[in-house]
Amino acid sequence: MSVANGRLAVQPGAGRSKRSSIWGDAARRLIRNKLAVSGFLVVALMFAACFLGPLFSPYADNKINMAQMNRPPSASHWLGTDALGRDVLTRVLQAGRISLTVGLASMGLSVALGALLGIVAGYYRGIVDQLIMRLADLLLTIPSLPLLFIAGALLSEWKVPPDSRMYIVMIMLAVVGWPGLARMVRGQILSLREREFMQATTVLGLRGRRRLLGHLLPNLVPLLIVIATLNIGGAILSESVLSFFGLGVTPPTPTWGNMIDAANNMIDFEKRPWLWIPPGFSIFATVIAINLFGDALRDVLDPKQRR
Amino acid sequence: MSTYLIRRLSYMLLILLAASFLIFALYALTPGDFISGNIKLTPERKAELRMIYGLDQPLLDRYLTWMGNALRGDFGISLAQQKPVLTLFQDYIWNSFLLAAVSTFFTWLLAVVIGVLAAYRQYSWFDSLVMVLIFAAMSIPSFFIGLFLIKIFAVDLHWLPPGGMTTTGSNAEGWAYVLEVADHMALPAAVMTLLGLGSLTRYFRSNMIDVIKQDYIRTARAKGLPERKVLFTHALRNALLPAITLVGFELPALFGGSLIIESIFNWPGIGQLYMKSFGLRDYPLLMGFTMFIAVLTVVGTLLSDLLYRIADPRVNL
Amino acid sequence: MEALLDIRELQTHFQTEAGVLRAVDGVSLRVREGETVCIVGESGCGKSMTAMSVLGLVEGPSGKVAGGEVRFGGRDLLRMSRQELRTLRGHELSMIFQEPMSSLNPVLTIGRQIAEPLREHLRLGRKEAMRRAVELIREVGISRPEQIADAYPHELSGGMLQRVMIAIAVSCKPKLLIADEPTTALDVTIQAQILDLLRGLQAKSGMALLLITHDLGVVAEMADYVIVMYAGKVVEEGEVERLFREPRHPYTQGLLRSKPVLGQVREELYSIPGQVPNPLELGAGCAFADRCEFAMDRCRRQEPPLAPVGSDQQAACWLHGKEG
Repeated sequence: MSVANGRLAVQPGAGRSKRSSIWGDAARRLIRNKLAVSGFLVVALMFAACFLGPLFSPYADNKINMAQMNRPPSASHWLGTDALGRDVLTRVLQAGRISLTVGLASMGLSVALGALLGIVAGYYRGIVDQLIMRLADLLLTIPSLPLLFIAGALLSEWKVPPDSRMYIVMIMLAVVGWPGLARMVRGQILSLREREFMQATTVLGLRGRRRLLGHLLPNLVPLLIVIATLNIGGAILSESVLSFFGLGVTPPTPTWGNMIDAANNMIDFEKRPWLWIPPGFSIFATVIAINLFGDALRDVLDPKQRR
Repeated sequence: MSTYLIRRLSYMLLILLAASFLIFALYALTPGDFISGNIKLTPERKAELRMIYGLDQPLLDRYLTWMGNALRGDFGISLAQQKPVLTLFQDYIWNSFLLAAVSTFFTWLLAVVIGVLAAYRQYSWFDSLVMVLIFAAMSIPSFFIGLFLIKIFAVDLHWLPPGGMTTTGSNAEGWAYVLEVADHMALPAAVMTLLGLGSLTRYFRSNMIDVIKQDYIRTARAKGLPERKVLFTHALRNALLPAITLVGFELPALFGGSLIIESIFNWPGIGQLYMKSFGLRDYPLLMGFTMFIAVLTVVGTLLSDLLYRIADPRVNL
Repeated sequence: MEALLDIRELQTHFQTEAGVLRAVDGVSLRVREGETVCIVGESGCGKSMTAMSVLGLVEGPSGKVAGGEVRFGGRDLLRMSRQELRTLRGHELSMIFQEPMSSLNPVLTIGRQIAEPLREHLRLGRKEAMRRAVELIREVGISRPEQIADAYPHELSGGMLQRVMIAIAVSCKPKLLIADEPTTALDVTIQAQILDLLRGLQAKSGMALLLITHDLGVVAEMADYVIVMYAGKVVEEGEVERLFREPRHPYTQGLLRSKPVLGQVREELYSIPGQVPNPLELGAGCAFADRCEFAMDRCRRQEPPLAPVGSDQQAACWLHGKEG
């Protein structure tokens, strides 16, 4: 009884709730949340800068320019140049394209995989559930960083060309990421089942099964949207770690992670911070913006989880 | 209680067995090994060494040998350092533990205090600031913040040493040694504290927010207790209770070291040992380490479960 | 004689998304020393919030006491510092709540929870406070007090817990005890015991009792004076026997008709038609008008003030209005 505790719970507009107003309501509350809006703006800005910015850069061809090696930031090169005379700002934006793409794609893959397996496990239960969840337990037992390192090392040993490494890194991150997701989705399905199943079977008899799926899936959508959003940040962070250690996407394809690799060189680290600090802050800014936005989404879409 | 425990333990062993095979297979799959990577050896010598280490055997046979030895507490001999893997672990693990214990202590201390105050002043500017900082802490790329702080505090300001656990060539003893280690530990411990602080503060904040709404907090206020007592005696005790389950989950972090932080700060812990051995493809050590973490994870989960059941008298087995 | 508790025009408001909610809207009432006053009304009528406002337990940021006076022993509680008010709470002015199960801290022993106000207000030492706590447990009629003092709340039944709550509340010999639906969450047989206990303690110590309830049976058994609240306002008040015999406000009449009376056979139990109005959508007129069988045009336009009807009774209804 928290109501009596000096607080009043008021249900606004009882009786005028419509199905479509759930989303409209959520959107309205989201817009009122300053942190969510600024998070969204930062992410949008980052995407626009990375995908459109290089088009306006005179240095987008990445030509090697021996006359302009390792220059500190200046009017013509806002973030200086690297050891090959390339413009660091342009490189950071181009790297952002890869990092954001990897983050988005691996999130998509792991959410798809996790949701599919979670739904299958939670819906069919029995032996299928057992198999999937035991596999998830197994993958959660093995520490993910060594797992990713081994996979990264495999890629290097097999001489996978740098262009396609990016795609394999996406798959690697998805493989490590799905078990946690599947668990969450399965838990949600089981609790929904408890409620819907009783109604459906008693009221509708045989048609219960079909209704069950029809009712379950829409109920999962808000949860999946929230998980997916928060997952992008995690995927970007994981990719940057792998690439920093040379086990993810490797040069010449630039990513924020492998650009920070410059810090492994003593002289670049101490004397040329413009090489590795900008990509670091890009990761930080992107991930914090995504997380703020994702958390606000959770607040409006999943009131049970509201914190 | 006992049937529950038996079921949990047997499932735990099963998962660990499956994990061990997976770990072994993965490392065995990785092409290139310590011997073929060594250009000083002749082909004949390489073949000979392979036979000695049993690398010419089929995968399953090798696994059974490794597992059999592992069960007897023998994880083999590090190829690079020519020492038993377990001996090496013993040399490095306490450095890891020292760093992890100090940062875990500060993480919990700060998280509890900040979480309680933010919850108490929910929706205030202080709370909003804390929320933003929580998200900031959760969004920092760990390796980058490490590098960034080394650059500022060690390279530019010369306030703290850039890495390691002691100054090279130092023979400090006693109190001077302690101070030297503390000096070296300040930066990595600060980074690890920062990295853990976000999610834990968030956890305590939301726990406290739930607890503060409870009827017994109203009773405590109606009794005329000062707010300090209401918060730290009545509310905090209840907010801390569920946190006991987290203690188990801290286990891998406490003893397993941190791959990234220890590498960046050149801290002689078990995580850095792993990273070095990874470059050398020192398989016995790599497998031993990964298995060690897997065991810690599983034991930690079990511990969490048991602690929760012990801590809350209302939960029955 | 000045009243022990004198509430005048109390206003407690909540800021909601849909506007300002006046949970307590101009309530005035008095409790004299040693007297038992009951506040009756349906849930959501603001009776609990009145009590919470007196103790300064309305929680921000959405809720706050917006106006009025609460004089207790001659001092205005609303204008006291938080610190001053705190030293009164649990000492001269204490309160028990509806849910004994959730009102005690699950991780502290019963003894410790009773000892707390003793240590805080009477500055007793740890041992002395504990000894006193055991005595109090005995005084509220629990056997084996030593063992109970070491027990945790989940080991006790609801009735026992409410006794413990009462022990906490009377530990510092308050002048006024506010009891918010103290028996609602309990079994019927236990209810009577708790009321007996309250009466007994009152007789011994002479404390005043402000009892909040929706149960007219409780009112009949306990009250000297009754306040009837509806939608944040007092609609009728009076000395208990007179009010039961001659209710003047249609709402009070409805409440009394909906109460089953032993030995009296009725076709169907009466219930007041309609529902409690949404407090955010109150118009200018009487809040009860929509449910009132005597409602007139004027009732919907103009709100009736609380006015004397006979001696020691007041009602806020145009049916009894002198003018107009």
